[in-house]
Amino acid sequence: MGQTITEKILAKHAGRKSVKPGELVNATLDLVMCHDVTTTPAIDMMKEHGITKVFDPEKIVIMPDHFVPNKDIKSAEMVRKIRLWADEMGIETFYELGNHGVCHALLPEQGHVKPGMTIVGADSHTCTHGALGAFSTGIGSTDLAASLSTGELWFKVPPTILFNVFGSLQEGVYAKDIILEIIRRIGVDGARYKAMEFRGPVIDELSIEARMTITNMAIEAGGKSGIIAADDKTIEYLKTRGIEGEIDLVKSDEDAVYEQVIDIDVSDLEPIIAFPHLPDNGKKISEITEKIKIDQAYIGSCTNGRIEDLRVAAEIMKGKTVPKGTRCIVIPATTEIWKQANKEGLLDIFMEAGATVSSPTCGACLGGHMGIIAAGEKCISTTNRNFVGRMGSPESEVYLASPASVAAAAVSGYICDPRKS
Amino acid sequence: MKAHVYNRDHINTDEIIPARYLNMDKEADLAKHAMEDIDTEFVEKVEAGDVIVAGENFGCGSSREHAVWALRGAGVKAVIAESFARIFYRNCINNGFLAIECQGISGSISNGAKLEIDLISGEIKDLDADKSYKFPPLPEFAQEMLEAGGLMKMISK
Ligand code: SF4
Repeated sequence: MGQTITEKILAKHAGRKSVKPGELVNATLDLVMCHDVTTTPAIDMMKEHGITKVFDPEKIVIMPDHFVPNKDIKSAEMVRKIRLWADEMGIETFYELGNHGVCHALLPEQGHVKPGMTIVGADSHTCTHGALGAFSTGIGSTDLAASLSTGELWFKVPPTILFNVFGSLQEGVYAKDIILEIIRRIGVDGARYKAMEFRGPVIDELSIEARMTITNMAIEAGGKSGIIAADDKTIEYLKTRGIEGEIDLVKSDEDAVYEQVIDIDVSDLEPIIAFPHLPDNGKKISEITEKIKIDQAYIGSCTNGRIEDLRVAAEIMKGKTVPKGTRCIVIPATTEIWKQANKEGLLDIFMEAGATVSSPTCGACLGGHMGIIAAGEKCISTTNRNFVGRMGSPESEVYLASPASVAAAAVSGYICDPRKS
Repeated sequence: MKAHVYNRDHINTDEIIPARYLNMDKEADLAKHAMEDIDTEFVEKVEAGDVIVAGENFGCGSSREHAVWALRGAGVKAVIAESFARIFYRNCINNGFLAIECQGISGSISNGAKLEIDLISGEIKDLDADKSYKFPPLPEFAQEMLEAGGLMKMISK
């Protein structure tokens, strides 16, 4: 019987020939990612249990990002604690301010992710890295402590839902619209505990960055992981990240068993806006009849803060201005993206339009800092969650959309069709 | 044990413990803000040993284990829901904290009802309404983890 890519990766790392959905396995980990919010409790747990060493300092990557640059004394102390601990453990890969960025943008950009790997990160959007053909999933702090200590973790092998994405994507419609549409169809728990595998001619056409936008939001449908088998584009991308040589191009067998196969024809897909307060509350732009005034437009995050996203947004905002009564914040997801955007003149375009550009950070994506919204305010955002209070006051509202839709709203002050601006 | 009933699906970890408190990681500090964005009075109402009853996909969203600690710190003994989101459920098991999946519970129990949980027989009794609800026993693995007191205790044995 054939196996899915996810089953193959898990089997290999569990020292088995094959695994079946529902089985519990202990799998070895190739990479463990830590950030500022979830790591300090793991450090304490290890100390409490008398564990004085990590399993392998070279397989551990630390990327403070949520409250970076430190937003207050407490967050400064958390990062300091992690920094000292990393030194003590001999972990060298610590992305300090100046080389920093949002963890899920930084990890692949800095060449840490390869196809066929097992990756865990103490952050729910760790599913992003499946875009490069890895098994990658989010964990909590106790799992992190166990992973750091032993280099292994227990997993229940997930059943896989295959999303076969085909048709021709219209101009002005992007990867973000595809994933918002998928979540709209299956719901925020439509893939609970499951692996989401994406494939088909439309996926083949997408850039690696755009694929990351899709896998990033697997968790918003409850998925354990999102995965796209590596192809020539992946190999090209890895080369630009300094990875050459032998690459494990694992993919699903022809006769792999899927729990469900869902066909997604994107030919008629329009820009989708996910209304408050759940990511599955998507509406097609043509069906939005009310005029929704925007207080803030936010372009950034691990979902859509990469260079291609900034190019799309800049193209729309060029020569226009953010109207009075609207604010726009642009946050390139990593230092390298910031520099590249600067070189291409994109940051100037944003600033001239009246937006502000910040240092890379998770910032207001999770309501941390750098653009919190007040009660009664509405924010359209390229991020991935629009839960109650996600970006600030529990009485504020977040609308999720593609960089194009957010940029179009930023310069018009209202939610509007980016294809018409 | 008293039930705090939230008949809603998709109660997420941002509501259970908002990100504005994630610059803290101690259970006692987090406990003061448990459930704050869904019910500002929760921490005043809850008593040690109480349980939360909710709908589908409880604990979805962010992986923050702070959600489990905030609830446990506030005195919550268990969460009973129609279903749980994956990372939250893992975090509960890893902490030896009780998360019970019980179909049909949401919408059936009145807020404040006195409940009794029998883990062996897999039964929740509503003592006020004199009704009971069956739930599938915890997976053996989760049961062991619960008995050991969590994942770290297991791996450091
Ligand atoms: S950018 Fe937002 S979603 Fe991504 S890791 Fe940061 S807080 Fe989480």
